[in-house]
Amino acid sequence: MIAEIGHYALVLALALALIQAVIPMVGARLRDPVLMDVAGTTALAQCGFVTLSFGALIACYVTSDFSVYNVFENSHSTMPLLYKFTSAWGNHEGSMLLWVFILALFGALVAVFGVNLPETLRANVLGVQSWIAVAFILFILGTSNPFLRIPNAPIEGRDLNPILQDLGLAIHPPLLYVGYVGFSIAFSFAVAALIDGRIDAAWARWVRPWTLLAWVFLTLGIAMGSYWAYYELGWGGWWFWDPVENASLMPWIAGTALLHSAVVMEKRDALKVWTILLAILTFSLSLLGTFLVRSGVLTSVHTFANDPSRGVFILAILVVFVGGGLGLFAWRAPVLRQGGLFAPISREGALIVNNLFLTTACGTVLVGTLYPLALEALTGDKISVGAPFFNMTFGPLLLMVLLVVPFGPLMAWKRGDLLGAAQRLMFAFAVGLIGIAATFAVQQGGPVLAPFLVGFSLYVIAGAIIDIVERSGVRKVPLRVAAGRAVKLPRSAWGTAFAHAGLGIALLGIVGEAYWGAEKIAAAKPGETITVRDYDLHFDGAVNRQGPNYRELVTRFTVSRDGHVLGVLEPSKRTFVSRAMSTTEAALMRRGASQIYLSLGDVNPDGSVAVRLYYKPLVLLIWFGAMVMAFGGLLSLSDRRLRVGAPKPARQRQALAPAE
Amino acid sequence: MRMRRLAAVLFVLSLLVAPQAHAVQPDEILPNAANEARARTLSKELRCMVCQNQSIDDSDAPLARDLRLLVRERITAGDSDQQVLDYLVSRYGEFVLLRPPFNLSTILLWAFPPVLLAGGLLLFLVVALRRRRQEAVATAPSGGELSPVEQEKLSRLLDKPGA
Repeated sequence: MIAEIGHYALVLALALALIQAVIPMVGARLRDPVLMDVAGTTALAQCGFVTLSFGALIACYVTSDFSVYNVFENSHSTMPLLYKFTSAWGNHEGSMLLWVFILALFGALVAVFGVNLPETLRANVLGVQSWIAVAFILFILGTSNPFLRIPNAPIEGRDLNPILQDLGLAIHPPLLYVGYVGFSIAFSFAVAALIDGRIDAAWARWVRPWTLLAWVFLTLGIAMGSYWAYYELGWGGWWFWDPVENASLMPWIAGTALLHSAVVMEKRDALKVWTILLAILTFSLSLLGTFLVRSGVLTSVHTFANDPSRGVFILAILVVFVGGGLGLFAWRAPVLRQGGLFAPISREGALIVNNLFLTTACGTVLVGTLYPLALEALTGDKISVGAPFFNMTFGPLLLMVLLVVPFGPLMAWKRGDLLGAAQRLMFAFAVGLIGIAATFAVQQGGPVLAPFLVGFSLYVIAGAIIDIVERSGVRKVPLRVAAGRAVKLPRSAWGTAFAHAGLGIALLGIVGEAYWGAEKIAAAKPGETITVRDYDLHFDGAVNRQGPNYRELVTRFTVSRDGHVLGVLEPSKRTFVSRAMSTTEAALMRRGASQIYLSLGDVNPDGSVAVRLYYKPLVLLIWFGAMVMAFGGLLSLSDRRLRVGAPKPARQRQALAPAE
Repeated sequence: MRMRRLAAVLFVLSLLVAPQAHAVQPDEILPNAANEARARTLSKELRCMVCQNQSIDDSDAPLARDLRLLVRERITAGDSDQQVLDYLVSRYGEFVLLRPPFNLSTILLWAFPPVLLAGGLLLFLVVALRRRRQEAVATAPSGGELSPVEQEKLSRLLDKPGA
């Protein structure tokens, strides 16, 4: 019954989406407020029904209703409740429903917070948003229905893929999808503006918070996914340049570029056409990511569902929306009036350079990901494009971006002073140089590249600090006044500084992990000690344990340094009987920003266990940097000027505040 | 006693767990540290062909293990890094290389990033220069003559009361 309710609710949502896709846009054309108003109501109702449908699927999972085929395939009655819950989207059908659920949620948010949008713009945006909903709900109902029943219900399910039985599944996909799908708002706004043929700074002010919100979630989603892979896959890598990872990285880079070009558009009324194009491209890359992951066109560690008929359907969606969006762009963009003149050396110019590098980086990842597919389709030649290629091409581009990053905020709008900015960055250059020298001195004959990259990261971090210091005028006014000014700086200024500093912090972590890590691969018997760097790990013993739906071998290692015991690591190997699969549960110990990483390999007939022991210096900074970036995004989002929804006049709020 | 129990546990477990190689294994490691380091570096450049997106250094697949052993065998036999790569390409084709070689079929791949960057930079400069010229023309004193449109705008502004 619950499954049927979910199925029916989804069909009703489709009907509502169809109405919302047509009526408001007709209304916008006819300037009929009644027809345009339909959009808000249907968006809310559509969200309600999709939520009901998604809730029904979760209910089927939580109650282990194995008469539903999807539940039977991906769940097991002995799984902990959390995993029963999360396995609702740990499969193709369910994850698409999550996608549509988030899409509907965003539509409802625009309907609620967009009450003071120009009426035609709101109607068109919600209309376009609903086209996407129609396409994806049709896709679910037609090819990937999670509510199908099995005539004779089995007693037990087939269990969820053990690798997915992790807290990561509860966090990573929802965050990532909020990011992916959030960019649909930017897309809808862009298409609506093209249909209207009118676009101004207010448009950018509307689009930016939504883009920022999506970007924050995508940043966190990617970082979380990376950390999950790091601790779950057992070989200590955190980024693999896997096509599926690239699929999430591309919208992130394009979204970053979009954020920056939207700033130019909001402040200076320039770069309109480019911003519109980026908005279309960013969501197109999200769709491409969905296509790559969901169609099974790539067989990779991430692809846990594939079916060619689905691939064709998603490809059709991709063609319609990307092709349609770009076609509309080509047709209507010339209508848009260019504004805001500026000199090449200016903040606008710096942001254009930023966009140029980011676009090139994004293009590089795109070509690298799709080239093997295209070449094989065209010539039949099979080549591989892997990590060495991306490190070689993407790496230098990233460094060029980082070189420019501190300059941007220090340049004036319209006509900037490059030399002046460089002078103000003197301190950052000095910090960078000292960092290089100090690292050379400390590492003594280590990798030559590492000190320079450390210097680079410190330069970026120092540059972010200088930005805040300069804005608060430390050199011109007494420190106390400057501190007061710094606190009162717009939150978006702080957001920029945090996001930029986060980049430097993440780079520091990447360098540490890549160049100074240590690794030990050995077969160890209980009683033996293995050593990595200065850490001694004593193998105390192993016990067998029974988990809810697995058996596990838990080993115990005591970690000590110079004879002082620091703690215990308990890596394990789990065997899931229902799928005859095993997973490695690595054990991690934090040492400052560094980690000791221990995972188990095979158990040998002689009783020894293969262990992989790593020392990962500064590795936590990679994800910490990403979190600092996301925090910067949130700060900027909370800026009064940009708050999602109607910015209220400050004076009014002050008047309402009680006297202290 | 405890040891025997552990041995029993491990034995049961070794039956339960499907044989699964786990990236680089202890028994693969070469005694010569320099050679082992070379083998690891090379392994990161080579693809495990059955796992699609992993290097043989990361992969758990039996084929990856075979390839790792093969790489070490060639290194021990005295091959240079390039010779090892050439040997593997001759056996498995260019598919095995994670860094595709630069040739006619990959020229677009390798040329794309620099061309895109250079093209974008050029476009930016051209547009900026043209803008500057437009700006110069727009702000230059044009002999006091107003175009009809400007004249109309001006008179409208002047006529507007209180503007």
